[in-house]
This record gives sequence, structure tokens and C-alpha cells, in this order.
Amino acid sequence: MQEFLTYGIYGTAFFLMLLGLYAALVKKNLVKIVIGLSVLDSGLHLLFVAVGYISNGTAPIFSPAVVGKNVVMVDPVPQALVLTAIVIGFGVTAVALALVVRLYRKHNTTNIDEIKNLKW
Amino acid sequence: MKKVIIIGFLGVIAYYLLSAFASVPFGADLIKGVKDFYLDKSPNDLKVANVVTSIVVNFRGFDTLGEVTVLFLASTALGSILYRRRSHDSGLNPQRTAPEASALVQTGAKVIFPFTIMLGAYIFIHGHLTPGGGFQGGAIIATGFLLMLVSYRKFFIEHNALTWIEAIAGSTFVILGLLGLVYANNHNFLENFLPAGKLNDLLSGGIIGIIYVAVGFKVGAEITGILDTLLTVKETGLDPEEN
Amino acid sequence: MTHTEIILTVISLVVLIIAGFYAVMKKDLIHAVIATSVISLVLSLVFYLLQAPDVALTEAAIGIALSTIIFIITVRNTKRFEDK
Repeated sequence: MQEFLTYGIYGTAFFLMLLGLYAALVKKNLVKIVIGLSVLDSGLHLLFVAVGYISNGTAPIFSPAVVGKNVVMVDPVPQALVLTAIVIGFGVTAVALALVVRLYRKHNTTNIDEIKNLKW
Repeated sequence: MKKVIIIGFLGVIAYYLLSAFASVPFGADLIKGVKDFYLDKSPNDLKVANVVTSIVVNFRGFDTLGEVTVLFLASTALGSILYRRRSHDSGLNPQRTAPEASALVQTGAKVIFPFTIMLGAYIFIHGHLTPGGGFQGGAIIATGFLLMLVSYRKFFIEHNALTWIEAIAGSTFVILGLLGLVYANNHNFLENFLPAGKLNDLLSGGIIGIIYVAVGFKVGAEITGILDTLLTVKETGLDPEEN
Repeated sequence: MTHTEIILTVISLVVLIIAGFYAVMKKDLIHAVIATSVISLVLSLVFYLLQAPDVALTEAAIGIALSTIIFIITVRNTKRFEDK
């Protein structure tokens, strides 16, 4: 069962990451590219939290029910990092989408093949 | 052809990722040291029940200051990217283009709005005791404002007020950090200099609770600003002035 | 993890894979955006099961509500369908 969950959770995280990377590399639509980056982010967050998990651990909160007892707690460091990453990811997505709207206003399309003067 | 190359490339990445993580069993206690230090220090010295909060605000507090700055920059950048001169527009103020919501939605939003704000405030005030904190509480408050923004066309947010909230909250963070340089025991930035109190009390943790409340206000104001800027974007179509 | 939690996790992972596939492959962008919202929803359940309630709350507030709404605003201001 443990083996299965290892491959299940890590596999899902890798799948989401690679799927997002695939969308960002292959798709022509700008909104689709941003969706791909967001899916990549989700997979990365899942991977981080899964690495920090410890079997039969509790959440790293010293509530009155836990204080003084000898309990195993999961690793709080990846959780703090993922907390930061989610908020930053939101900011990145917002700016990227604002750029999409701006490009659409100028070129009247969201297809990157039709936006010609980006070439150099 | 391009797709085949990319899928092959992704396959190579997947193979190496899987083989690297095959030696990292799920649920094993891998990283010694820093975790134990945090889990020991947080309840005993800082008297903060939620260890994630104490890492985000205290041990990695400088990181959080940078994060809040990044959000502020994102909200500012959004305003400058989507900025439009108003001369050729018909109206005076930017208007939201969405049609008026139905009476049911409007009444529901009016009822839910104060409770959403209250939930957000609860979450960031109790950030050091229960799951949650400034970022989550601020996001929930922004969700409440979003509900009002999409239901009422005439619901305008004072950007000056948002700027002031951001400025006061941000300087609270920095000033509390700087006071740590003077009054705390080891004279470090963001070190706690207030009495720590008792574990699981509301007034415990010294400056951590205050800083998380400030972060809550700041994040709420910033995300509300982002949403307001995006929602007042004008209708589609080519802009004659930009070509 | 108890048996219930393991079963919930496995179901969530299956839903994550399906929703991810849907989000990337669907031509209708509104459908794709809703699929990313489903990813966030299920992901926050998985975070809760992995004993990370802080992260679950963040993902619920930001991933489900705010991210989705900014995507929808953008799609409404541009084109709804991804053309060939």
C-alpha cells in the first residue's frame, strides 16, 4: 500500500507538472499557456507537500489536545514554502493575464502565431 | 513533428524525475535537523502554536516581507499594464461592463458580505493558533469584495483608501522588524521583543500575531486592488491609439 | 493514514489526472478554466489529507476563488474559443 501511494502521489505530481509544461510548449493560445503554467504550479505544490509528509504524523500545530504528548508531526518547512509559492503564483498569473489582455487589445488575437512583430 | 519532439523531451524529464524520487519513499522522516529545531523552538521559546506561522513570519520573516512586496509590485504592474487614457471614452469614470446582476444575487451578496469579512478577520487574527493566517484571511476578504464587485455595478472601491491601508500595514511590518534590531535580546531584524505570553493564548507570540494581522490587511487590500483593476477593463476590440 | 483516508487520496488523485487532462486539452477556454478550478478544489482536499491544513486553506481561498475569477475575466475580455 505504501509503495502504491508513493508512486501514486509522486506520479500524479509529475503528471501535472509535465502536462503543464506540455501545454506551455505546444499550445498556441495565450490563455491556454497561462493555464498550463497554473497546472504546472499545482503539480509542484503537491510534490512539495508530499515530500514533507511523515507517516502517521499530525499537522504541525500545538493545539491543547497535542501539547505535552509525544506525537510525530509532519515537516512544516515545505508547507511554509508552498504557502509562499501559492500566493506568488497568484501574482504571477494576474500579471500574465493582464499582459494577455493588453496583447489582445493591440493585435485583436490571442494566437501567438498571428502576433508577427514579436519575432526578432 | 514538433509535438513528437516535445513529448520525447518530457518523457526524458519524467524518467529522470521518477528515478530520482524512487529513493525518496513517501511518508519517511527524511530531513533531520531544521525541522526538529523549528518544532522545538516554536512552542517553547516563541509560544506560537502553529509552527507554519512561526516559520513564515519569524524564522523566514524576511522572505515574507519580500513576498508581500512582490504582491504589491504585481498589483502596481497590473495597473500600469492595463492603464488607458480616458479621453476618447464616452464616460467620465471607468465603468464595469458586466450587466447588472439579478435581485437574488444582489440580496444574497449583501447578506453574505459582512460574514465573509468576519471570517477573513477571524482567520488572520487567530493565525498563530489555528490553521490560516494573513495570506488566507486577506484572500478571503478579497473574495468578499469580489462578490460585491460582481453583483453591483455601482460598487466602487476607493483606491486611495487601499493605498493607505497598504502603506500603514507595510510600514507596521517593517517598523516592528526594525524595533527588533534595537530592543530584542540578540538584536536581529524581526526578532521578538514583546513578552511571549502563554502557549495557545490569543495574546501569545509577541510580534508574530501583530505582523500577521498587518499582512492580512495588506494582502486583502492588494488582491482587492488587482480584482478591481481587472474588472474595470474596458470592452474588447482594437484600440485605435495603440497602433 | 487510515483506510478511509487512503481511499479518498486515491480517488482524489484520479480526479486530479482527469481534470488536468481536461484543462489542457479542451478547446473551450471557460471549460478549461473550470477544470483548473476543480484541480485546486481536489488539491486542497489532498493537502488536508496530507496534514497540511494551512496550505489547504490557502489553496482553497486563492486557487478556487481568485485564480478562477481572473481567468474568467480574461476570457470574457478576449476570445472564448481556442482556434485551430
